[in-house]
This record gives sequence, structure tokens and C-alpha cells, in this order.
Amino acid sequence: MSATKVEEPTRTTAPEQRSERARAERRLGWWLAGPAFVVLLAVTAYPILLAVYESLFKYRLTDPDAREFVGLRNYAIILTDPVWWRAIGVTLLVVVVTVAIELVLGFALAMVMHRALRVLRPAIRTAILIPYAIITVVSAFAWLYAFQLDSGFVNSWFSWVPGITPETDWFGSFGPAITVIMLSEIWKTTPFISLLLLAGLSQVPDDLHEAATVDGATWWQRLYKVTIPNMKAAVMVALLFRALDAFRIFDNVFIMTSGAHGTEVVSFLAYRQTISRLEIGLGSAVSVLVFLSVIVISLTIIRLFNVDLARARGEV
Amino acid sequence: MQRRRFSTGRSLIAVAAAVGFVASACGGESGPPTVTWYVNPDAGGQEQLAAQCTEAAEGEYQITTALLPRDAPGQREQLARRLAAQDPDIDLMSLDPAFIAEFADAGWLTEVPDDIAADVTDGAVQAAVDVSTWNDALVAVPFWANTQLLWYRKSVAQEAGLDLENEPVTWQQLIEAAQSQETLISLHGIREEAYAVWINALVESAGGQIVENPDAPANEIQLTVDSDAGRQAAEIIQLIAREGVGGPGLSNQDEEGAMHQFNGEESAFMLNWPFVWAAINGAVEEGNLTEEFLDDIGWAPYPAVAEGEDARPPYGGISLAVSAFSDVPEAALDAAACIVTPENQAAYFAAEGNPASHPDAYENPDVQDAFPMADVILQSLEQAGLRPHTPYYNEVSEGLQATWHPPADVDPERTPADATTLITEVLRGERLL
Repeated sequence: MSATKVEEPTRTTAPEQRSERARAERRLGWWLAGPAFVVLLAVTAYPILLAVYESLFKYRLTDPDAREFVGLRNYAIILTDPVWWRAIGVTLLVVVVTVAIELVLGFALAMVMHRALRVLRPAIRTAILIPYAIITVVSAFAWLYAFQLDSGFVNSWFSWVPGITPETDWFGSFGPAITVIMLSEIWKTTPFISLLLLAGLSQVPDDLHEAATVDGATWWQRLYKVTIPNMKAAVMVALLFRALDAFRIFDNVFIMTSGAHGTEVVSFLAYRQTISRLEIGLGSAVSVLVFLSVIVISLTIIRLFNVDLARARGEV
Repeated sequence: MQRRRFSTGRSLIAVAAAVGFVASACGGESGPPTVTWYVNPDAGGQEQLAAQCTEAAEGEYQITTALLPRDAPGQREQLARRLAAQDPDIDLMSLDPAFIAEFADAGWLTEVPDDIAADVTDGAVQAAVDVSTWNDALVAVPFWANTQLLWYRKSVAQEAGLDLENEPVTWQQLIEAAQSQETLISLHGIREEAYAVWINALVESAGGQIVENPDAPANEIQLTVDSDAGRQAAEIIQLIAREGVGGPGLSNQDEEGAMHQFNGEESAFMLNWPFVWAAINGAVEEGNLTEEFLDDIGWAPYPAVAEGEDARPPYGGISLAVSAFSDVPEAALDAAACIVTPENQAAYFAAEGNPASHPDAYENPDVQDAFPMADVILQSLEQAGLRPHTPYYNEVSEGLQATWHPPADVDPERTPADATTLITEVLRGERLL
């Protein structure tokens, strides 16, 4: 989609010959990407369409003969149920808090990596990337054990902090439980954001910085007026990827609380209806609603930033 | 690993049969029919029984085992998905009693023929037979049967003036004893099946039941937890949570967590399954716990709700069911009958700590030696209160967990009524759960 948008100025200004070349490149592009596109359709479009279809039925896996077409009734049940809205609220809380903190932390880490001496750079990058390389389930267990009342070390290490005692049950109420879940999320995925932002940082031309310095701009001014505006696309990619990722949070909640104490998120709700309750119709409807939410989030972020990724790559 | 390779091989044979390359599916003429037994993880006891019964079958059939997930909900999810797809790879399964009704109602289990049924139920504990029956037909073979006991430190109980060896105790007395000795009662308040088991045991012990007509269709099921018995159960949980005798981590504590708490200094009473006896003995052998601690441990029947009335302890265990999609149902039924003989149950009990469903097994000297509390276990099994034997037990259990958790928020006036409303609406397909 973005490719078409990029072509427009080229078509109006470039000579006939270049336009043909562009068209040939575009055709080649389709030929190269085509097979992958078909495979992607088969493995994503088919399950999505099937879920949409199943969501129109009252269908329990243990009783396939009683399957009954109910139209949009499953959606009506979900959208009028406080359980769904609570799960949406918790999920959005996780998205907003984790993505905001990760952006700031990730940017700081990207600056460190960007400015680090060339000899130190690989070591720093590796160290920063380690949490991201850990499987989410494993990291969730690590955080669970660290904070658990019987096996955790956090209570004894931080007993000097007001409010933390040897009997603090981190997973015993909503506030502390969701905090640990979000901390684990932030620890695990900040490296990912920092890598994306590092790519953005390295695209900001040095001469712009030099010009700003010559004009007497301070470090903060250079950051706000030069660096950040020039890496808008990278920030958007980081924000988009992480927001969608955070919206689909599952592992941490599954391992740490299983949705207890009001920590249920939308993916976990879909899992429980479909896999645990075997209510394929209702569960599919929840999944479809999660999918629609993801589309809304991506469109909102893309609109908000008003950035064309292809343009940002310098293809114009 | 070997098991997995074998399963794949059998699946390939099944696929070949489906596309018409082979006239009949597995078994084949080259060897005896193979019964694939899906087992819940244990320390190897079921594999041992599979080997013994293969030998005893003298070529009639052979049994191989395949491993299911560790926890009961995981086992249910895997089996349900495979059985819904009519997977012929499953012949025999170790089923938790909580979902036998669901599987039987879905038509996934083979009915046990009368001759085998008479054989395997003869003398068995009634609760084990009841959970293995659906619509008046035996759909699973009782294997082992579980129940919870009250485990306690004799020294602390004595200090508190409780004579648990000779007199039944009530929850009220237990809570008072824990308070007077400034100790804890290790319980299962985590939002999982373990908590539903506790709630059900309390309601049953108070003379009530959670579901009135468990065999009714989903939209006709009547919840009866909003009753005096339900409110009494809620009062006990509320008291335990409010007084703090369940410990600070009650709302996240499962059976293993309860055992670890009991093994520590801060708890002197614990409600738990007999696996803890084997586990604590193992820990003593490894030097992680002392002999003095072991000698100080006593056991008693589950606490009653009201003085003078018997408690109805929880019931668990495993029954063996034959898949309706098995290619070798006769061999699988024969294998099940072999596995559950009282002698095999006794051997399994002594080796794994999982109590037998047949009383004869309790007379075995090895069992008596390894489990000095065997008689109390048998007595508890005979008094056990079943969880609602309904195909919709999963909804009932999750609905209870959703409304009764965390224990500190339980309110006798509100919680049982909330549970009734939620579960009823969920079963009528009007709400999410």
C-alpha cells in the first residue's frame, strides 16, 4: 500500500524511461514476494476467516451435533459482559504503561549503544539483548519465583523499602500482581525497542547535528529539534510493534497469576473460552474482537504519526 | 523419546488406513495389538504396570504408555482436542474423575461391558464407582482413589488440647487451635481446581451440594450452593482468611505450596492428599527434613463443619477409560482390567503414594508398612463427597473459582449467591466466564 503512495511523485516528475524501470521493478517485487504472500494468506487468512465463521455459531467441542447458527449473538454476549471490558481495561493499562516506559528506557539504551566506543559496542549490544533472547515463559517463571512468597528473594532483599515485608504477597492482589507482570514485560522487551530506535538514531545525519551545534543549540535542543524528528519513522515502528505485542500479552499472565485477582487480559480470556471451556463459537468471537482491536490500534498509531515507512527508508 | 517415535509410527499407519492403502488399521498380522495408554505423569508406576500386564497378556496385546501434561486441566485439554478429532492413537487413558462425565456425555468413551464391569467394581469403594459411571453405565474402570487428610504436628496439637487421634475435629476447633498456638493451617486457596475441591468439601460436609441435578442439560442445571450449607462453607473460608490462619500467601497456595509451608516452621496443620507422606519421607531420606519432624507428624480424618457430624472429604484419583475411537477396544478393556487388580493397585499405592480404590489393597503388608495411615485413608474414601458429576463441571468449577477467589473477599451473604448467578448464566450461554 505504501509502495503505491511512494510512486506518485516519481511518476509525475521522472522521465518515461525511469517510470518503465520502476514498473519493471515493481513487477519483479511482486514475483519475489508473491510466494511468501500466498503462504502468509494460507497460514493467517484461513484461520482468521475460519474464526470469523465459527464465531457465528453456538458451538461446543463436546457437543458438535448441537451446533447452531446464532448470528452475532456471541458478539452481543461479549460486548455486554463486564468481564470483557475489564479484560480490555487491564490489557490497555499494560500496553500504555509498558510501552511508555519501554520507549524512554529503550531510547536511553539506544543512545548508550550509539555513543559507545566502537570496541565496546558489540559487548554492550549483546548484554542489552540478553533479556530479549530469553523465552517469555522462562522469563515469566524467573520473575514468578523471584517475587513468590515462599521461594522469592525480593521480599528479603528489599525489606528496607517501606511497604515491603517478608509477608508481602506480590501475587495476592491486583496492584502488585500487575506491577510484577508489567516489570517482567518491560525487562524482557525494552532491548527490542532499543534496537529499533538504534537503527533510527544511526539514520540521523551527523551534519544536521553539526549545523545545530554551530547555531548554538544545546544538547536537549538537538535531541528535541534534530534527533527525534528525524527518527520519527523508527519511533513509530517501535511503538507499533510493541503496542501490538503488548496488546497480545499472554505468557506472563498465564504463568504468574492465571488471570487471578483481576489480572485477566484479552488473549487469556480468548484462551479460556476456546481451549479451557471448549466453547469454540464464543471463544472465536473473542479472538475476532481481539483481532479487530489490533487493527484499530495499528491504524490509530499509523494515523497519529502520519509517517510513510517507505519514504522513511529513503525510497523516494 | 521411544514412546514418541512409536506414536508417530502408529499415526502413520492410521493415516494409511484412512486413505485406503491398508484394509484394517493397526494391530496388523505381524504382532499382538498394541494398546496405547495415555498416562498422567508419575514416577514410572504406570509404565511398570503396563510392562507387567503386557507380560501377563502372553501375546494377547501389548501396552505402551504415552505421557499427558502434568496438571489435570492440561490433561483434559489435550485429550478433549484429540478425542474431538476422533484420534485413533488413544486407546486407554488415565482420567481425572472431574471430567469423566464430560467425556462420556460427548460420546468419547467406550462403555465397559457387563462382565468386566462386574469384575472391576466388585468390592471397590463406592465413590470410585460413582465417578466412573455415566447414565447408569460404567464408562471407566476405577484405578486409584484419592482423598485428603488432616496432617498435623502432634506436639502442637497436644499443646492446643486437641486429641486428633481419637476425636474428630471441626473447622472451628482447628482455627481456634491454630490461633492459640500462633501457627497456620496450610490450605489451597489458589484460583485453581484445588480451591474448588476445598469449597466443594466444605459445602458437602455442611450437608449441602453445589449442583442439585448434575446429569441435567446445561440450561436446566440447578445450582444449590446459595444455601445454608454454602453460607456455612463461606463463613469458614472467610474466618480463615480474616484471622490470617491460612497464611499470607493463601490466595496463591496450591497443594505443593501447602506442603512446603507445613514443612517449614510456621504451619502445624495441613489439609492435603497422601502424596505428601511419600514426599516428606523422601525429603527426610535426602536429609532435607529431620527424623524428629517426621515422627511428630500425625494424621486424622478431614475436619467436620458441625460437631457430631461426619465430614465429607474431597475425592480425587484416576479411572481408566477406553476411547470410543480406539481400533483395539477389546484389548484396551482387557488391559484396563489387568492394570486395576487389587494386587496391582497395592503395588502402585506402595510405590507412588496414590491410594487404591479397592479395599483389599489396603491389607497389603507393603502398603501398611509404607502408609501407616492407610486405614484412615480408606475410611475417608468411604465418606468422600464427590464434586458435581456433570458434563459441565469445568464451568461449575471455574465459576466457583471466579466468585470465591480470593478467599479474603468471600462473604457468606453474597458469594454463594454470586456463584449461583454467574454459573447459571454461563451454563445458559448468556455470559463469559
